[in-house]
Amino acid sequence: MLADLLQFDFLRHTFLTGLLVGIIAPLLGAFLVVRRLSLLADALSHVTLAGISFGLLLEKMMLLPFLNPLYSGMAFSVIGAILIEKLRHIYKGYQEIGIPIILSGGVGLSVIFIALANGFNNDLFNYLFGSVSAVSQQDFWTIVGMATLIIFVIRIFYKELLTLSFDEEHATVSGIHSKRIHFLFIVLTALVIAVSIRIVGVLLVSALMTLPVASAMRISHSFKQTVILSIVFAEIAVIVGLISGYYLSIPPGGTIVVVAIIILLVSISVKRFSYILSKEG
Amino acid sequence: MQDSVIRLENIDFSYGERPILKNVNLEIKRGMFMGLVGPNGGGKTTLIKIILGLLKPDNGSIYLLNQPMSEFKDWNRIGFVSQKANSFNKGFPATVFEVVAMGLTAKIGYFKFFKKQHKEKVLEAIRSVGMEKYIHRNIGDLSGGQQQRVFIARALVSDPELLILDEPTVGIDYQNVDRFYKLLYELNAKNDLTLLLVTHDTGVMTEYATNVACLNRTLHFHGDSEEYTALTTEQLSKIYGHPVQAIIHDHD
Repeated sequence: MLADLLQFDFLRHTFLTGLLVGIIAPLLGAFLVVRRLSLLADALSHVTLAGISFGLLLEKMMLLPFLNPLYSGMAFSVIGAILIEKLRHIYKGYQEIGIPIILSGGVGLSVIFIALANGFNNDLFNYLFGSVSAVSQQDFWTIVGMATLIIFVIRIFYKELLTLSFDEEHATVSGIHSKRIHFLFIVLTALVIAVSIRIVGVLLVSALMTLPVASAMRISHSFKQTVILSIVFAEIAVIVGLISGYYLSIPPGGTIVVVAIIILLVSISVKRFSYILSKEG
Repeated sequence: MQDSVIRLENIDFSYGERPILKNVNLEIKRGMFMGLVGPNGGGKTTLIKIILGLLKPDNGSIYLLNQPMSEFKDWNRIGFVSQKANSFNKGFPATVFEVVAMGLTAKIGYFKFFKKQHKEKVLEAIRSVGMEKYIHRNIGDLSGGQQQRVFIARALVSDPELLILDEPTVGIDYQNVDRFYKLLYELNAKNDLTLLLVTHDTGVMTEYATNVACLNRTLHFHGDSEEYTALTTEQLSKIYGHPVQAIIHDHD
């Protein structure tokens, strides 16, 4: 693959995009997991699918041939995130009710758009399960821009995001604008999902946001350590997954997630093992 | 004249049709250790939430550090410790250091980073509650009493002038509760920190608090702790609306 990597632009794009996604997905995922909002990623990825199929439909109808489905995906994802927040306010005390509503809404819309376009075959398959060849030059630069922005914003608001994640009441009482910070967080999550979909696909994007974090949490003590370790784990999953996917002609979403699950199993057994050792010692 | 840290005037509050607080007047002056007692459902936590700006009263005015609530912005001058030892996510991957550092987030402010001088402040706060051996331990691995001390450190790290504690000892075993109150007593006596403590433990009032307020819908008693000790069982029962036994802990 190394030789191919140098030779083919699209492979290089895919690989670099994969590395970027390996940073931003677990970075945001760490906050999602500790706030018990992992399922939010699933709902938003399905809304993104609706946005992508909408973009593909427009493309196919030649209405807006220059509209990249990645953009409509991002737009739908952000709108979906805002709607989940609205539902959270309407149904106080049922914090998670927005998630199934938006998830099913996303799938429903996707089905309608796909039917209207009489199916998209290959393209859609790539969006569902990821692809090693789908990252165009335009996608690549969009993703580089978005990833840089996301990392920058998280660096700036790291302490507020962490304080809010740990204890919302304390954050509010100490004078942090909890609602605005939470909103920022939700929008960032929506963007990360839209950006990550090119590599891992709609159905598996939440896995890349949660599995490495779940693995890291088992063995780290601090939040910072959790973030760093989960990025390391995600990068391993992305690199191994992309290379094996390429050689085995399997969509990389599948291979990346399987590698991430293997890492999770290893981290669980390492923790058990060290626990047993410390008991005997 | 001592300056006023909290002043509540004619506070009314109701959840829908159900009145919770009626005409509550309370003043806490700098340096006081005020114990707030009263029966369950008497409105203690509601009153705290009103003081913290989490709930708006139907009527009345609130002054914090001599400023009206509507103009008050200096939230980092007030520390708050809730019953969190029971309710936070115990699996949260954060160390004692990280949790205490969160107490500085608002004070440092947006677009600014945690620096070396902040680190010193955090270590100092951890030492002041005697948790320096546990700096790198996960918060979820500590006992309830230790966690609560960490939360006090988180409240103290921003150098507040007033510390509000809402039943901080729920779920902590008896020996640790005693240590916990001694710590509060020292903070009040040595560091001149004003304290407002909500508690069920009426024994604390007589031993550590300088002032006591009894709340059941409205304030039934408001005075120094010696006057409170002098209350007869009959008077107490009247405040609580049901018979109570005045229990005085003997710690020696």
